[in-house]
Amino acid sequence: MNDLSNKGPVAKPLPHDAALLHVTGKARYIDDIPMPVDCLHLAFGTSPIAKGRIQSMDLSEVKASKGVVAVLTADDLPFTNDVSPSIHDEPLLSDGTVNHVGQPVFLVVATGHNLARAAAKKGKIDYVEETPILTMDEAMAANSRFEDGPRIYTKGDPAAAIDAAPRSVKGTFEIGGQEHFYLEGQAALALPQEGCDMLVSSSTQHPTEIQHKVAEAIGLPMHAVRVETRRMGGGFGGKESQGNALAVSCAIAARHTGKPCKMRYDRDDDMIITGKRHEFRITYRAGFDNDGQLLGVEFHHMTRCGWAQDLSLPVADRAMLHADNAYAIPAIRIESHRLKTNTQSATAYRGFGGPQGMVGIERVMDHIAHDLGLDPVELRKRNYYDAPNNRVRADNTTPYGMEVTDFELHGMTDQLLETSDYAARKAEIAEWNKGQSRLKRGIAFSPVKFGISFTLTHLNQAGALVHVYQDGSVHLNHGGTEMGQGLFQKVAQVAASRFGVGMDVIKITATDTAKVPNTSATAASSGSDLNGMAVKAACDTIRDRMAEFLSERHQCDAKAVKFEDGQVIIGDDVMTFEEAASQCYQGRISLSSTGYYKTPKVKWDRIKGQGRPFFYFSYGAAITEVVVDQLTGENRILRTDILHDAGASLNPDLDIGQVEGAYVQGTGWLTTEELVWDDKGSLRTHAPSTYKIPACSDRPDVFNVDLWDGRNPEDTIYRSKAVGEPPFNLGISTFLALSDAVSAFGDAYPALDAPATAEQVYTTIRRVRDGV
Amino acid sequence: MPAISSTSHRRMAIRQNNVTRRVSTMTITFHLNGEEVTLPDAEPTVTLLDWLREERHLTGTKEGCNEGDCGACTVMVTDPNGSKSLNSCILFLPQLNGKSVRTVEGVASDTGELHPVQQEMITHHGSQCGFCTPGFVMSMVTAHKNGATDHDDQLAGNLCRCTGYAPIIRAAEAVEEQPVPVWIKKEGTELPAPANAGEFSPRSSDELAKVYADNPDAVLVAGATDVGLWVTKGMRQLDPVIFLEGCADLKQIEVTDTRVRLGAMVDMNAMREVIEPLHPSYGEMIRRYASMPVRNAATVGGNIANGSPIGDNPPALIALGATLHLRKGDSRRDIALEDFFIEYGKQDRAAGEFVEAVSFPRQADTLRVYKISKRFDQDISAVLGAFNVTVDNGTVASARIAFGGMAGTPHRATHVENALIGQPWTEETVTKAMAEFGKDYTPMTDMRASADYRLDSASNLLARYFAEMNGETTSVLEVAI
Repeated sequence: MNDLSNKGPVAKPLPHDAALLHVTGKARYIDDIPMPVDCLHLAFGTSPIAKGRIQSMDLSEVKASKGVVAVLTADDLPFTNDVSPSIHDEPLLSDGTVNHVGQPVFLVVATGHNLARAAAKKGKIDYVEETPILTMDEAMAANSRFEDGPRIYTKGDPAAAIDAAPRSVKGTFEIGGQEHFYLEGQAALALPQEGCDMLVSSSTQHPTEIQHKVAEAIGLPMHAVRVETRRMGGGFGGKESQGNALAVSCAIAARHTGKPCKMRYDRDDDMIITGKRHEFRITYRAGFDNDGQLLGVEFHHMTRCGWAQDLSLPVADRAMLHADNAYAIPAIRIESHRLKTNTQSATAYRGFGGPQGMVGIERVMDHIAHDLGLDPVELRKRNYYDAPNNRVRADNTTPYGMEVTDFELHGMTDQLLETSDYAARKAEIAEWNKGQSRLKRGIAFSPVKFGISFTLTHLNQAGALVHVYQDGSVHLNHGGTEMGQGLFQKVAQVAASRFGVGMDVIKITATDTAKVPNTSATAASSGSDLNGMAVKAACDTIRDRMAEFLSERHQCDAKAVKFEDGQVIIGDDVMTFEEAASQCYQGRISLSSTGYYKTPKVKWDRIKGQGRPFFYFSYGAAITEVVVDQLTGENRILRTDILHDAGASLNPDLDIGQVEGAYVQGTGWLTTEELVWDDKGSLRTHAPSTYKIPACSDRPDVFNVDLWDGRNPEDTIYRSKAVGEPPFNLGISTFLALSDAVSAFGDAYPALDAPATAEQVYTTIRRVRDGV
Repeated sequence: MPAISSTSHRRMAIRQNNVTRRVSTMTITFHLNGEEVTLPDAEPTVTLLDWLREERHLTGTKEGCNEGDCGACTVMVTDPNGSKSLNSCILFLPQLNGKSVRTVEGVASDTGELHPVQQEMITHHGSQCGFCTPGFVMSMVTAHKNGATDHDDQLAGNLCRCTGYAPIIRAAEAVEEQPVPVWIKKEGTELPAPANAGEFSPRSSDELAKVYADNPDAVLVAGATDVGLWVTKGMRQLDPVIFLEGCADLKQIEVTDTRVRLGAMVDMNAMREVIEPLHPSYGEMIRRYASMPVRNAATVGGNIANGSPIGDNPPALIALGATLHLRKGDSRRDIALEDFFIEYGKQDRAAGEFVEAVSFPRQADTLRVYKISKRFDQDISAVLGAFNVTVDNGTVASARIAFGGMAGTPHRATHVENALIGQPWTEETVTKAMAEFGKDYTPMTDMRASADYRLDSASNLLARYFAEMNGETTSVLEVAI
């Protein structure tokens, strides 16, 4: 049944499983679940200061506010006061100290959502203010950090290599954070059950983590808590750990009042309370020869992690693991500082540090190409890892010692250069720019090599539960969550293909910790790789049982039983899948099975930075053209061409949708999306009025996206590849194109910082043009 | 928050210190997905979104931001002037009196046949997480009904974080040639008679003048694109509230040979239609001034009366030499618009006085209006510059230059103007005049821009103006490949 020529629904461009529900408004999100009788609503009272101690709290006005049923503080929490996904350093409600503006201090329980919000503004709290640590410089000076010191990965002797190199460049690069801006804000609903058990619906990428934290908070084993997630209105990493506070609050309040409790953040609260993409400052030094061959690179990563550890260590690790991107660097050193500041606790965000690491080396390549006057694509190609069929380098390993065996970018780059007409357009742009004084165009290419697997190796496992009912209908469940990426449909396509049935036979069901336990977050692009394989295993178990029973009855070899086109073919006999299921049921064959998968081959040491953290790599390449205005720095994208590697795609249309959306999101990160904190640590961009994600007209005028005709050499589900995060990095091409356009105003290297807002571009043009 | 306001009121603080009054409710009648609804006791500041979701359990309409900036809550509202998209999160129930509302639940036919927009959104993979989708569907259904194909503009107020918009635009294009379904076509052909909502919902400016004179502490609500946020974000209790929607005479537009006069309740799209042929650059600015659903609600009068230093209309109108027409009771007065803005938060408006209209003289089009913001569409300006320079025989005859975002109020660049007037219209004059901006403005640094950037880009916009008047391509928006 691994025959790729007859895959059933696999590889078909089917729409999202809930598309019809989406367009009719019938798709249910947490806040749409019909409200249980007597449901109460929650809101946090939050800290207005970045650092200090609570001296006294007067919550009498909060309690007296209309509709308020209860007001809880840390003293009212019955068990663990912690919502951290990592090291228990994140109290649900302040334990007496506050560590960032927006930290929850008390919890209002009221009869209405707006009543709870209104009451939450009425707390009178006296704080003893302390001097906060807000910037990375302040944190470095105070040695305020996570872990005992910087993590350092080294290969060879880069300092010596750079010092001895014919040429070198150095610089510093600021990279801003990013708000997830999932359209559905964080939300949870808890229904108290008999015997203090709790049923929680949560908009989360990680139901098991919600279950774990709720169980801790109400002092019960995990078996007493069941968490269900049908869908999220977007996640992007922002719902990997940030939903804990709401779900735990609902459970605590439900336990306290005996009533159902619901909590959703207003958008401003959501942006002020929750974590975002990590800001980075990357300082670099690179040595190379006159042909542009890299000889040695040194990176110094500083990252602002915020007040709690959350997932910052693996995020910063992944930035280090992507500091090479597509390039074989003979000698390299990466030093990473994870800085603790009195700001929101930065968290997972699509790419999980990878994009920050990758844009660092792409900046270096941009700088080197400028220094040598060499075409930036040619420079990159010269430094690519070797293709598996054309090994030239003696050493084709990454800085962490992993052999690169699946490198696709040589062929992909050549194909994209041709389809995008890169060379001719670059010449035409140069000519056009000569005739312009105020406007300049720029064009840039950027490649992506993104490592696939959780770097915390034990997370690379997944479970599934599949039932075939006696009428031949199939109930499908697995540990992955649906946040819009189309995971449920892709996995259902796998299930339908294994049973040889149509998609209408498969019932997709909500993620449920009572059906599949001990799941990992749907993160790290792993959803279809892990859950697709687990579902395949479950389906094949049932199918093999069916085949064995039917072949015995029909006196043929079990291996000759085929499941295709809604039929089961047993030797010369043919019956519908429904008949087969019915016969198996009557023959007392179990038609239910779990399935389990763990990723093979991955093993590494994150302290040494050595080993194989990734099962394989996903690749991509983009070429973006922009125009900028020197008078104002205003800029926009004119054209984008993308070629992306999804292996043998499970669903090419859904994968292209991921690529298009990720590119625009990645571009937003590096252009208009600017997070601004004031000097008191208060976030000033906490709503879509002030924080600008790309709007409709910001997408490229011309936007060509294609999938590479490839096949994963590793044994993944139908040889497909993960597609969630890798294409996010394609947005780097926009940033480099802006740098290219800016460089047309003068001779100096632009050294553009991110995000490249109009103001940032304007300032950089002035520096390039006037040296100021 | 949207850059637009739609009310005039500055006495809330005083009133809030008084004892809270009983919230005065209103009776209203409207159609909801074809069914007549009468609410005998509509609370004036309950939003349509909350009412739909909490009272009617119509949860297809989503709350994404609760401030009119993301479009997840978009609905189609039809009145005698036609159908328009509106943000239901900042739309108060009394604004619907006599109108028809259609939500995503009412877009397919009674028998379940999908609207072509819905079908094409499925076919072209226009939804991923699906949360923004109902809002997109409603904007697209409205645009399709109105025959609009400027999709980027129609959808500028709908944010999607998943798709990158490309598949949504493919869906919109695929719908263009398809007929409007009969059940949507007939929407609005039979509108309900508006209920008598009482004196706080006046039907004319005369009625308004009376009720406002009697209740000078009242909050005036026009489109609610600013006041809506006082409620949804500020959690303020507003009472009494006077809804201007029924004042038909305030929606009048008069264009004569000598003047253009816009009633205070003219919405920004209606204004754009008038301005576009006369002053195309200003028309384009109005397009970018806010998204379609915000422009459908926001009014000329509101944007002036709230006195925002970053409102986009006042600088352009000041550059055109506009006059503001104010009324209190039966007395009226006219002042130059620039004199209305006294200082930040303070306007030349007496208690009980309201903006009746704004007017400006017809003139040759030498006006150019430049909006600088982080994002081109649906963004509040960092700097908004309006330039109106006339040249006679190579010499600058007159100059009216006004800016928003550069001071506590919309403000003229007097020194710059003086450096231009009487001088030859040359690059040298322009360069000299550019150095004068620092005398006119001391802008501030905030999350939108730094003071330096504001000052630099403001003066550079004069260079852009000079180049544009010389026929050069000056904007990145004009470059196409």
